[in-house]
Amino acid sequence: MIGFQTLLYKEVLRFWKVATQTLMAPIITAMLYLLIFGHVLEAHVQVFPGVTYTAFLVPGLVMMSVLQNAFANTSSSLIQSKITGNLVFVLLTPLSHWELFSAYVLAAMVRGLAVGVGVFVITVWFAPLSFVAPLWILLFALLGAAILGTMGLIGGIWAEKFDQLAAFQNFLIVPATFLAGVFYSVHSLPPFWQAVSHLNPFFYMIDGFRYGFFGHSDVPPIISFSIVLVFFMVLATVAVKLLKSGYKLRH
Amino acid sequence: MPAIQISDIKKQFGALQALAGVSLNIEEGEFFGLLGPNGAGKTTLISIIAGLSRADSGSVAIHGHDVVSAYRQARGLLGVVPQELVFDPFFTVRETLRMQSGYFGLKNNDAWIDEVMHHLDLTNKADSNMRSLSGGMKRRVLVAQALVHKPPVIMLDEPTAGVDVELRQTLWKFIARLNREGHTVVLTTHYLEEAQALCNRIAMLKAGQIVALDTTEALIRRISGSQLVLRLAHGSLPADLHGLLAHPDELVEGQPLTLRVNEYAEVEPILASLRKAGAVIEDMQLRQADLEDVFIQIMGGVK
Repeated sequence: MIGFQTLLYKEVLRFWKVATQTLMAPIITAMLYLLIFGHVLEAHVQVFPGVTYTAFLVPGLVMMSVLQNAFANTSSSLIQSKITGNLVFVLLTPLSHWELFSAYVLAAMVRGLAVGVGVFVITVWFAPLSFVAPLWILLFALLGAAILGTMGLIGGIWAEKFDQLAAFQNFLIVPATFLAGVFYSVHSLPPFWQAVSHLNPFFYMIDGFRYGFFGHSDVPPIISFSIVLVFFMVLATVAVKLLKSGYKLRH
Repeated sequence: MPAIQISDIKKQFGALQALAGVSLNIEEGEFFGLLGPNGAGKTTLISIIAGLSRADSGSVAIHGHDVVSAYRQARGLLGVVPQELVFDPFFTVRETLRMQSGYFGLKNNDAWIDEVMHHLDLTNKADSNMRSLSGGMKRRVLVAQALVHKPPVIMLDEPTAGVDVELRQTLWKFIARLNREGHTVVLTTHYLEEAQALCNRIAMLKAGQIVALDTTEALIRRISGSQLVLRLAHGSLPADLHGLLAHPDELVEGQPLTLRVNEYAEVEPILASLRKAGAVIEDMQLRQADLEDVFIQIMGGVK
């Protein structure tokens, strides 16, 4: 247990020591999105009845920040440790694959949620929000962070160079989060793109998270939650198997 | 029970057979040297023992614990100093050592951490960031990291490569003390005088195979006799002495000549023969065979 705690502590300390980059920067970015898109679209768009566009945007931006930063934490930690070679300090220890998995993913969740809370605290002043179902808010935030932390772990294990990881991030994670309905409701899309959106697991995370605030969603939250939970279990199984086999870590 | 039991380890990297069936037992309390030229498979073998690499076949056990199936027990007993100079730039020396202790399940390890830092002359760098340390200091931290959990088996992969004399002495004093206290030490190095001075037993690896395995003394005894190194001011080596040349292909005028002699009594006839040929000796040394001679002979002899 001490081994796991130490790795978790180390992973949290790692991003905390560069908090300007890992916490402040994404909070500022999210605030800019809110100010710019809110300013331009506030008068023209109403997604849910009685909810202003800026208010609609806040939960989406919070969740997007949670997801992207959870991913960034595990993936950047692993690729840096692999390339600089200091991953050896972890690989030489008796830490089991379960301990490695939980410590890396939990640290990613801490960072994702810390950024999420930061974005929320700053953006909440710009729009009136309701909290219809706080438990859903919490569940989707936790599960979303765990999923992206796990994806970052898998990406970090798989990638051998920074640009491979950047490709993973820029061509998979970023489009999937942007197209998951952060800035719009997928109901506003043509039927074909609506169907495509329903194949994107990130859509269910954001849709369920937003339900917790407004009580409106494109899909009932229990269905979103089930899909997201299954998605997490599949990814977690893959990640633990990779760690156990030593894929690309133990040659 | 051996400290490290290596049974028929094979490892292939693409077309390269890095280890071609290595079997070896290292007993508890030994100071063991693993020697061989670059690419002989030393680091691959250390990596397999440490669990950083997986063997294609064969098995390794540390104090009876298999490094794959009982990896937690096996790794808990091992302290490894990797060859590459790696460090985590986010942390100070003390943070690094505290964290390494934690990975091995140790809390409140500060007393031992302080002792290790003291013996490696790291105390006044305890709160410096890893990035700010010189190469030699980083190397000391690597050694300290391997020792935080007082491992019964310590493996050092070329710990003194590119390291100054002071650190080498500090390091070997400390490691020799740990060895006297019962820790098993396994060392790879290219400095053969170091291996000769420290190791009680030595294995030589070449192309993934063990080509010599014996006590250090027995290995050196394999080379009978000594070498007479001569530099001539005038004249050249008479033809009747050419048969004694250790390196006949290095017969260059003005260069020192190395002759093989089995006992001191053979020196006088050589000198007489030179005098008769009109050669004048400028410099002369009688050199005892050492591990380097054995190494060159063994590595050259096994094709």
